[in-house]
Amino acid sequence: MLFQPHAAAAPAATDATRRDALKLGGMGLVLGLIWTAGPRAVQAQGTAEAPPAPNAFVRIAPDDTVTVIAKHLEMGQGIYTGLATILAEELDADWAQVRVESAPADARLYNNLAFGPMQGTGGSSSVANSYTQLRRAGAAARAMLVAAAAELWSVPAAEITVERGTVAHARSGRSTRFGALAERAARQSVPAAVALKDPSRFRLIGTRLPRVDAVAKTTGRAQFAIDVTLPGMLVAVVQRPPKFGARMRSFDPAAARAVPGVVDAVAVPSGVAVLAQGMYAALRGREALAVQWDESAAETRDSAAMIAAYSALADRPGLPARREGDAERGLAAAARRLEAKFVFPYLAHAPMEPLTCVVRLTADACEIWAGDQFQTVDQANAARAAGLRPEQVTIHTTFAGGSFGRRANTQSDYVVEAVSIAKAIGGRAPVKLIWTREDDIKGGLYRPLYVHALAGGLDAARNLVAWRHRIVGQSILGGTPFEAMMVRNGIDGTSVEGASNLPYAIPNLAVDLHTTTSPVPVLWWRSVGSTHTAFATEVFLDELAHASERDPVALRRALLAHHPRHLAALNLAVEKAGWGTPLPRGRGRGIAVHESFGSYVAQIAEVTVGGDGTLKVDRVVCAVDCGVAINPDVIAAQIEGGIGFGLGAALAEAITLKGGEVEQSNFHDYTPLRIDAMPRVEVHIVPSTAAPTGVGEPGVPPIAPAVANAVFAATGRRVRTLPIGANDLRTG
Amino acid sequence: MAIDFTLNGRPVSLDVDPDMPLLWAIREAAGLTGTKFGCGMAQCGACTVHVAGEPTRSCATPIGQVAGQAVTTIEGIDSPVAQAVQQAWQRLDVAQCGYCQSGQIMSAVALLTQNRRPSDADIDAAMQGNLCRCATYVRIRAAIHAAAQTIGG
Repeated sequence: MLFQPHAAAAPAATDATRRDALKLGGMGLVLGLIWTAGPRAVQAQGTAEAPPAPNAFVRIAPDDTVTVIAKHLEMGQGIYTGLATILAEELDADWAQVRVESAPADARLYNNLAFGPMQGTGGSSSVANSYTQLRRAGAAARAMLVAAAAELWSVPAAEITVERGTVAHARSGRSTRFGALAERAARQSVPAAVALKDPSRFRLIGTRLPRVDAVAKTTGRAQFAIDVTLPGMLVAVVQRPPKFGARMRSFDPAAARAVPGVVDAVAVPSGVAVLAQGMYAALRGREALAVQWDESAAETRDSAAMIAAYSALADRPGLPARREGDAERGLAAAARRLEAKFVFPYLAHAPMEPLTCVVRLTADACEIWAGDQFQTVDQANAARAAGLRPEQVTIHTTFAGGSFGRRANTQSDYVVEAVSIAKAIGGRAPVKLIWTREDDIKGGLYRPLYVHALAGGLDAARNLVAWRHRIVGQSILGGTPFEAMMVRNGIDGTSVEGASNLPYAIPNLAVDLHTTTSPVPVLWWRSVGSTHTAFATEVFLDELAHASERDPVALRRALLAHHPRHLAALNLAVEKAGWGTPLPRGRGRGIAVHESFGSYVAQIAEVTVGGDGTLKVDRVVCAVDCGVAINPDVIAAQIEGGIGFGLGAALAEAITLKGGEVEQSNFHDYTPLRIDAMPRVEVHIVPSTAAPTGVGEPGVPPIAPAVANAVFAATGRRVRTLPIGANDLRTG
Repeated sequence: MAIDFTLNGRPVSLDVDPDMPLLWAIREAAGLTGTKFGCGMAQCGACTVHVAGEPTRSCATPIGQVAGQAVTTIEGIDSPVAQAVQQAWQRLDVAQCGYCQSGQIMSAVALLTQNRRPSDADIDAAMQGNLCRCATYVRIRAAIHAAAQTIGG
């Protein structure tokens, strides 16, 4: 089964492939919109000529399909469905006629408005940055359909209605589907301004529309990068150094080349690539390779040594990330003072689809197929690696088999590696680079290891009067193009987010950062800084609640008086969970509330801890405020999944170093959550008319502290080191 | 030497190393890509297929072992149980990234074929070898129960 580059270059979210779309285009396209500077800078791109590359947010074909062009990567978060819903709402399309196709890399047309001039997906920003943009695109397309109908029927445009994909004129009794108007609509002038619906008139937004990728993903038809096959393609695997920071000194390709099916073994900047007729031969060839490494600049420490060094740093002030009042004075004057240290391991993203990239390189063009998350960054980096100009690099964004942040890195690691391999063999064959699971687990770009030190002060009336929070760990953004924008006065915002914006009303507050360095490469991991700051802050606040003999919910309510959205989420979760109702011995309930990426999430976990220390999370009740709920079912799914993802890390995930080498290698020793540990989950959405925010990440941060606080309620034991499985919870 | 077996009801003959994992034979030699590579050591279940009806991790099964046997992949399931499972998966929108879901569905079909009314504990036992990094487990459980209802278990 050969891959036809024009047949499925973009993942077909439904059964309509890109080839179909292009064919339809050839039959007489349709309607395209280009947004440039804003709502008034819209121009039509109607054409009946050769099929154009998709270059806008919507096409309407003569066969009545509406194709929404997605500028964001679909990696599981349901964004194809969300983007299509927003556009189809203003277009008044029939959901059954809507298809989704991925956009080509284009920083001008398809940039993430939250990121600036780059196309990329992350920071739970996709819906937030697309909401108004796609509403306007849909409304403009609708206006052009109306104008086409008015022209065709010689009736006033104002008398025309559009509903569920049908354009109608009641007085004359005429109606037609979008498809019949497609060509005429494309010739209409683009409206200079469009009126958007009042939200009370939404028909699609706020409903539980089925996901557009559901059928493809339950029949084996969904195309991921690993499924792409090109004629003559070779499969490549790379032998990378066993320690971070090491370099290849020399290698002997002879034994590898002797393996049947192996075609070549070549040096690339990241190591040595073995190319073969298939994965089995490539892996056998790699096993036969003999490589010598230069480890003079490599990380050689154990995790324990790093934790000890970080802990010593945490005993001293760092760079200020936030100052309110005078935390030192407040602590010194406190009637009671609590201190605690928290330890967080490196974490791997471990998306189920191992990193994969397919490259076809010629003298003047480079084509890339990947579950590509930073399209224009990857385009530029691929061009540099290939010795081409960015516009000579075409990115075909396939579905991604998960990412959790891994595919979004500014060095474009696996994309550049694939291009480097193709270049090293002179482009003589297309290359599919596949990372094995071992490559992935040992491959770095981890959530950093952190140590936090917190101190809190209570006055004689047990009021919380001082809070000091020191964070120690590597910078995610240091040395990346984001550094200039997001590192201020030595503070990497991703190291302190969730701590420096602590919402609680505490008069004396200090948040400090020590930024460490290591050759271990680090990266954002689903919910980024909040993966650790939410745990430290919400567990420590729980400790302070108990020290001040106040109910953890009551204390939070008191300290959140000026944060209504935190408070509303908290109150909804409290109400739904039955907070305060008694639980049997050995069971406990814990709460955490945390805002990330503009969404407010409260979670209450119920756990059972056996006398032998076995922990079972029984139930999680979650309340989320993400503004206007585009699709409540997708929101619930993201929160359910975020809880499971975060719970896996909370319970058992850790990457540890021994002599600089990663001790884990595959899913037997790096252990994400399995179904038997998944609790019952209830998701409740706070009604809101605020602008929509993301839900891909915000479900993750509260689960670990909620569970740790529930463990305390059940056992009286505080968990301050993650994963929880590293703690002894035996009470018997 | 060619290895003969039945793939989705059709006889096939693949001239590959008998030690090659069935997974790569299915994906690369037979060109069926619905079966996924996730770990290569039977730890994640993304590669689950049916061999003689039994759920089998194709990444850890040498193709030589399936000579003469019937292998079914996600592309080849069409029993009433399989249809009920796929429809339940769609109705409940189980899939997120979708990468593991072929394996999840193959395991679920095998479970429901043998046990038409599984309990939560039965589901956990049968499905715990299938990792889902998106953690769609709440809906996997619900969809298996829904499919069980459809087939009248």
